[in-house]
Amino acid sequence: MVTKNRSPYRAVLLILLLICGMVAPAMAAEPIRIGALVSATGPASFLGDPELKTLEMYVERINASGGVIGRPLRLFHYDDGGNANEARNFANRLLRSDRVDLVIGGSTTGTTMAAVPLVERAGRPMISMAGALVITDPVRPWVFKTPQSDRMAAERVLADMQSRGITGIGLISGTDGFGRSGREQTLAVAADFGIQVLADQTYGPQDTDMTAQLTRIRNTPGVQAVFNFGFGQGPAIVTRNYAHLGIELPFYQSHGVASDRFLDLAGSAAEGVRLPASALLVPDALPDDDPQKQVVQDYKAAYEARWNVSVSTFGGYAYDALMLAVAAIEAAGSTEPEAVRSALEQIQGHVGVTGIFNMSPDDHNGLAPESFRLLEVRDGQWVLVD
Amino acid sequence: MALRLPERVPGLPVLALVLLLLPLFLGNEFHLDIATQIALIAATVVGLNLLVGYGGQVSLGHAAFFGMGAYASAILTGTYGWTSIPALLCGALLVAVLAWTLGRPILRLKGHYLSMATLGMGIIIAIVINNEGWLTGGPDGLAVEPLTVLGAELSIFDHYSLLGLEVSGAMLWYGLAALLLLLAVWIAQNLVDSPIGRALRAVHGSEVAARVVGVDTSHYKLLIFVISAVYASVMGSFYAHYTGFITPQVASFEHSIELITMVVLGGMASTYGVILGAVLLMLLPQLLTDFQDYEMMMFGLILMLTMIFMPKGLLPTLSEAVRRLRPRPATTPASGQE
Repeated sequence: MVTKNRSPYRAVLLILLLICGMVAPAMAAEPIRIGALVSATGPASFLGDPELKTLEMYVERINASGGVIGRPLRLFHYDDGGNANEARNFANRLLRSDRVDLVIGGSTTGTTMAAVPLVERAGRPMISMAGALVITDPVRPWVFKTPQSDRMAAERVLADMQSRGITGIGLISGTDGFGRSGREQTLAVAADFGIQVLADQTYGPQDTDMTAQLTRIRNTPGVQAVFNFGFGQGPAIVTRNYAHLGIELPFYQSHGVASDRFLDLAGSAAEGVRLPASALLVPDALPDDDPQKQVVQDYKAAYEARWNVSVSTFGGYAYDALMLAVAAIEAAGSTEPEAVRSALEQIQGHVGVTGIFNMSPDDHNGLAPESFRLLEVRDGQWVLVD
Repeated sequence: MALRLPERVPGLPVLALVLLLLPLFLGNEFHLDIATQIALIAATVVGLNLLVGYGGQVSLGHAAFFGMGAYASAILTGTYGWTSIPALLCGALLVAVLAWTLGRPILRLKGHYLSMATLGMGIIIAIVINNEGWLTGGPDGLAVEPLTVLGAELSIFDHYSLLGLEVSGAMLWYGLAALLLLLAVWIAQNLVDSPIGRALRAVHGSEVAARVVGVDTSHYKLLIFVISAVYASVMGSFYAHYTGFITPQVASFEHSIELITMVVLGGMASTYGVILGAVLLMLLPQLLTDFQDYEMMMFGLILMLTMIFMPKGLLPTLSEAVRRLRPRPATTPASGQE
């Protein structure tokens, strides 16, 4: 009889224990919600695809090794297809419906800028993977970015020209967002390096022949070098046309073509082309005392082992964004937005794939022009020049 | 007999009721945001339907007018410091003049040639917006000031007290978009029931026959082209103020295709049908977040399937099916055989 009476108590006790058992770990391991806004498909997919792959891979890895501040990461990602309006809607969805603690993205300047007003209002840190200077200049409290700005790329190229004694150049650029912004920045800073832009030509993203523009540049008196600011197929065509016309002047490209794909597309025409690029393109050529060498080699090895495709600079932006986020959350010890934001702002000497980040309240990018390595194509390979 | 629904459901009050009750079912601000955008796009499509559904003229460049309205508002309020309403009216006037000038030669064309001409016009406008970066901000887009009405700023992020009630800006914007949609429908229905509407339907049926009975077809075609362009422009302006950021994609060919798909899917010449089309197609990207790459393909497929299986569109086909299911009212027994 006694045992019979006690059994309901035992059952209740058991259930209570079970509930406690279920609730306790759930509370302790409430996931950190990371939102990702990438252009994994569409015209900007060469940016978004490696970015998403990188994020997925490293979220898995971090979770396998115990998460951040004892909490697992949970990735919410949406593909905006490079469309700014979709990006805005998905940013809203991340912030209001998924209630993420932090946003990584977007992949392009347009998608980033479309999401900025919502992010600023919601008060969640956002780390963009897009290039244009306008994202972090003027500085917005909640917006950070990992790639160097296009102004830095222009400065790097112009500095190299200056060191070769070049004073007059021909500029050719794409009419897409990347090319336009790059053109503006180049025109803005050229004079600082004692360089005059004597010819200023453009081409559309879909154009298949730029011979006319290049001929005009060649016929402009005083041009000692040519600089092409663009991405996608355009620059590869420009490079082929350049070789075809037999122009002997030094030829510079922007970081927009810093991928092995450019070498494939341009072929032997790319010989002698110089460009600013992330260390990721030449991991083995870096000197052993380079602080980035280890990080870059590890990322490249991990990415290529996991996805079986060659690594891209753009995936590196996502790697840096995630690692900066993790570093900031660890420094803040919580996901409280303001704490994470100010922790991000105080990051110093963070060694990433793209460069070494030294954030400050006035600099939400934190990279120096030296983070760009100057490469030259020799025998179909990238060679580190500076 | 007692169960029989009235032959014509009073559309406008029903739509108003739906719009009024909708916020009660929306879970969070994100849903409200999507609902507001749907209402604005639906109003655009109601205007496009006047041209396509009633006038029988296909426009594959309508997003360009939408984009022009959006950019006119963005530039005039942002760069030149105008207030919203004059900027909106100025944009609408600009679009009206452009549509009138372009429409005169274009609307002489028929069938594929007309589609090609509107397509070309839309693409040219999109390219201009894309390339004139000094004015439009280029491909990276342009931030837009919040809407100002009578000196008061209506931002989705603020809160307002309305008759002693605390109302969020997002909710006010939803209300505004709902009112605009109702207004768009009301104007469209009045136009359709006016002599203009009758003339247009005659043009749609047979342009030659319409001309023979004395309808000045080119005049009416041009008139409705301008009206639907102005619809797009005005909604584009509101849309720009609402989203706060626009890129040349609002004026793109893809956006034009989206708009025309809404009309065809929902039901040409059915004002409430095209609203349904707008709702479905606007929700699609949110439902199929993993298939972004196939969105354009999906639109194409929807367009094709609708053309093949429901040439009248979703709502007219559905309402016909309902009508057929319903027992016929007391008429001659012979008609029971259909």
